[in-house]
Amino acid sequence: MSDASLSLFESDHLTRLAQRILAQARAQGADAAEVMIAEGDSVEVQVRLGQVERLSKAREKGLGLRIFFGQRSASASTSDLTEASLERLVADTCAMAKAVAEDASSGLPDAELMAKDFPDLDVYDPTTLTIDQEIRLARQAEDAAMQADLRITNSEGADCAAGHSAVLLANTHGFIGAHRSSSYSLSVTPVAVDPQGKGMQRDAWYTVGRKFRALDPPETVGREAARRTVRRLGARKIPTQKVPVVFDPETARSLLGHLASAVSGYAVYKGASFLIGQLGKSLAPEFIDIYDDGRLPGGLGSRPFDGEGLPTRKTPVVERGVLVNYLLDTYSGRKLGMPSTGNAARSIGESPTVAPTNFYLAPGSASPEDILRSVKQGLYVTELIGFGVNMVTGDYSRGAVGIWIENGELAYPVEEITIAGNLKRIFADIEIVGNDLVFRGRIASPTIKIREMMVAGE
Amino acid sequence: MEPTAVVDLSYFSLQERQIQEALGRVKARDVDYADIYFESCTAESVSMEEGIVKRAVKSISQGAGVRAIAGEKTGFAYSDELSPRDLAIAAETARYIANSPQGETPIAVTHRQPLPHNLYPLKRPLTEIATAERVNLLHLIDQEARRYDPRIRNVMASFSTEHKVILVVNSEGLLIGDVQPLSRLQVTCIAEDKGNRQSGTYGGGGRVEFAFYFEEDRARRYAREAARQAILNLEAVDAPAGVMPVVLGSGWPGILLHEAIGHGLEADFNRRKTSAFSELIGQQVASEVCTIVDDGTIPFRRGSLNIDDEGTPTSSTVLIEKGILRAYMTDRLNARLLGIPLTGNGRREDFRSVVLPRMTNTFMLAGESEPEDILRSVKKGLYAVSFGGGQVDITSGKFVFSASEAYLIEDGRVTAPIKGATLIGNGPEILRKVSMVGHDLRLDEGIGTCGKDGQSVPVGVGLPTIRVDEITVGGTVAS
Repeated sequence: MSDASLSLFESDHLTRLAQRILAQARAQGADAAEVMIAEGDSVEVQVRLGQVERLSKAREKGLGLRIFFGQRSASASTSDLTEASLERLVADTCAMAKAVAEDASSGLPDAELMAKDFPDLDVYDPTTLTIDQEIRLARQAEDAAMQADLRITNSEGADCAAGHSAVLLANTHGFIGAHRSSSYSLSVTPVAVDPQGKGMQRDAWYTVGRKFRALDPPETVGREAARRTVRRLGARKIPTQKVPVVFDPETARSLLGHLASAVSGYAVYKGASFLIGQLGKSLAPEFIDIYDDGRLPGGLGSRPFDGEGLPTRKTPVVERGVLVNYLLDTYSGRKLGMPSTGNAARSIGESPTVAPTNFYLAPGSASPEDILRSVKQGLYVTELIGFGVNMVTGDYSRGAVGIWIENGELAYPVEEITIAGNLKRIFADIEIVGNDLVFRGRIASPTIKIREMMVAGE
Repeated sequence: MEPTAVVDLSYFSLQERQIQEALGRVKARDVDYADIYFESCTAESVSMEEGIVKRAVKSISQGAGVRAIAGEKTGFAYSDELSPRDLAIAAETARYIANSPQGETPIAVTHRQPLPHNLYPLKRPLTEIATAERVNLLHLIDQEARRYDPRIRNVMASFSTEHKVILVVNSEGLLIGDVQPLSRLQVTCIAEDKGNRQSGTYGGGGRVEFAFYFEEDRARRYAREAARQAILNLEAVDAPAGVMPVVLGSGWPGILLHEAIGHGLEADFNRRKTSAFSELIGQQVASEVCTIVDDGTIPFRRGSLNIDDEGTPTSSTVLIEKGILRAYMTDRLNARLLGIPLTGNGRREDFRSVVLPRMTNTFMLAGESEPEDILRSVKKGLYAVSFGGGQVDITSGKFVFSASEAYLIEDGRVTAPIKGATLIGNGPEILRKVSMVGHDLRLDEGIGTCGKDGQSVPVGVGLPTIRVDEITVGGTVAS
């Protein structure tokens, strides 16, 4: 590809390496093969109570290989790129492929579907941070948290990290693609002590982005972390009851994450999703639109091609409340009789699976305050813990932390409670969508209000 | 039993002089302690669904992590190249933390330690199991699960093995290595009846021979268990919501201990005083019937290790004795800073990760009650026998764990199966509410993985049948 100047790659060298491996696989009788080479470096510091507590630096690379003998396939990966080791890897992978079953849906994507253009998605920033710069940022963020409130007396620390990575993918269709990306993050986890002796609380805040300049200032991150921590002090249990529940953007995006898992082609064809057979049916109210956009400029999930070399795109998942698309790669698409949506995700060591790229619920017009004002008595959820989500049935039951809403106002913090329902019902019961969509990860949501859920407490 | 081969520098094609120089370089003037962890790992996995084994995956990784500790500070760097040049670069980064001039004197490796115990001597390395043998094992699972009931519609099974070789050298002259085999067989069944779809999951494993899965009918039993749970869930009723007595069955429900108190007793949180258990040593934190142990020395168990990832022999540590908090689990850094003993709990996911205090096999010792009497003692409550995952907020002490197989108890009798529900409680309080402990201690089957700071390590849990007088159950039906 045109961009041969990847700073992390000696691109020509690695292109030749990939081609040599593909040729070796062919020479051993493979009908098709795919090679992925990934490289990355990162620097991360952790500061606690002003002192550097941990400093890590890493540089690594790896090569992943997928080989097809007819419709049998196997995958392998290694971090040892010496010639002898790679030769052994090719031979081992061929042997494994011959030992598994024929699978009519297996194989590379069709040749004519491979990505041909590689748009610049604005996901690479060459800025490197020195260890001292990172230490300074982490200290500033933690300081801001510690100074924000007298009740903040301790800290689990502040983390600052920066990294660059590059990926090269090549297959026996003649496809070769490469792209690089960067990421920067800063987070703080303060600890506050209740002056009435009712224990400790911690919360956290963070900023993350592809561009260093896009990060929030450390003071903003620290102050927000402090605000979120202190407001949890004095939390109590509440009686068991059914009430409206407002999810803040952080917890709302976890609901979106469950939806992303449920529309994965793998969960669908295996019968392991509560959304099988739901395509074309109403999932949510008419004002709900949910998208997966692999080409969102600067997005944390953006990339020009997916884990199989197919072009990424913007896929509507829910339009006007109707489930209109599953997210698919080539294999799960073939199983369901549909084309890939360019959502193949592939780590070096695994065969592809499906993952969302930038997956989000489109914002509405209500401000978060408007949403709270619409609730007479209810729960504002700010943190969820545990794994009580059954993807097959949609049954949902998780531990929650939040703030009780009384007459449209945040009244007092609550904890040691659970919220429960069924995801199908929860999406159908979305009553209001906020206007506060911000991407803080690959999955994003504005504030949302659910008409009613069971809250278990005392 | 053949002795496990001694792991030495030659395994990583390293010479003693290179190690001495790298250690010397990182052990700068103000560095209290330095170590290098070498690791080589071959992981293999096959998986099946729709009746055919579709996927076979193998990954090979090798690398070294270099660490310098100065006071409370840790400098860490890793490399997937083991050349003297790469080790030197990593050493430079690690010692940066100490702000002092580079060390120049090579450090002699004088304490070549033999392993303190040999907990998982395997006759046949896991790397020698052919793909075809793995495939046959999965076919056995598939057949057995489908035979269980025609309503089983899909069977997903996977068998994974890991052959990990580690070597630790440190600035005190220690050199010790270990070969750590690990395998796991997992089955998920999907059942369908009149549009109602449910799943069941089961599995087991450990640091065991391949033959383990065929002994005592294990593989087929796992398949039947997964199928049974899926079929059972077809009849499950909505779970109750609210506070009620809960009886936990023996074995895997020990995840309660892992979440409710285990993490809170890891030394790092207690050094930082951010744990709900900070400064509670010697105090009553559980009822008198509770004695809880973390034991990394049980042969062939998933959570066991001969040595931890800092080369410290693993041990059995009494965490809570008859309700009194006795000890925290430590790694070197936190043991030194707190002035408490090393317990052999310094663990890391791999060479890319820093060492943290982590659990091994955590369980409650058997009590004296009859399990039937424990159930009979409950008028209205829940009997939970299997769980999915759990999580804890160390600082507030609140923890959750999610039941995947549970029943209502009505007038002392176990009645209808209920849908999955999350249980939530407060770590420092929950064990005070344990009023009965059964004599039926059982460890789990060997599938547990614990996550902390983004690192996963294999662990075990265990529990006798116990009665918890009250805990909040997160169902959907007001009780």
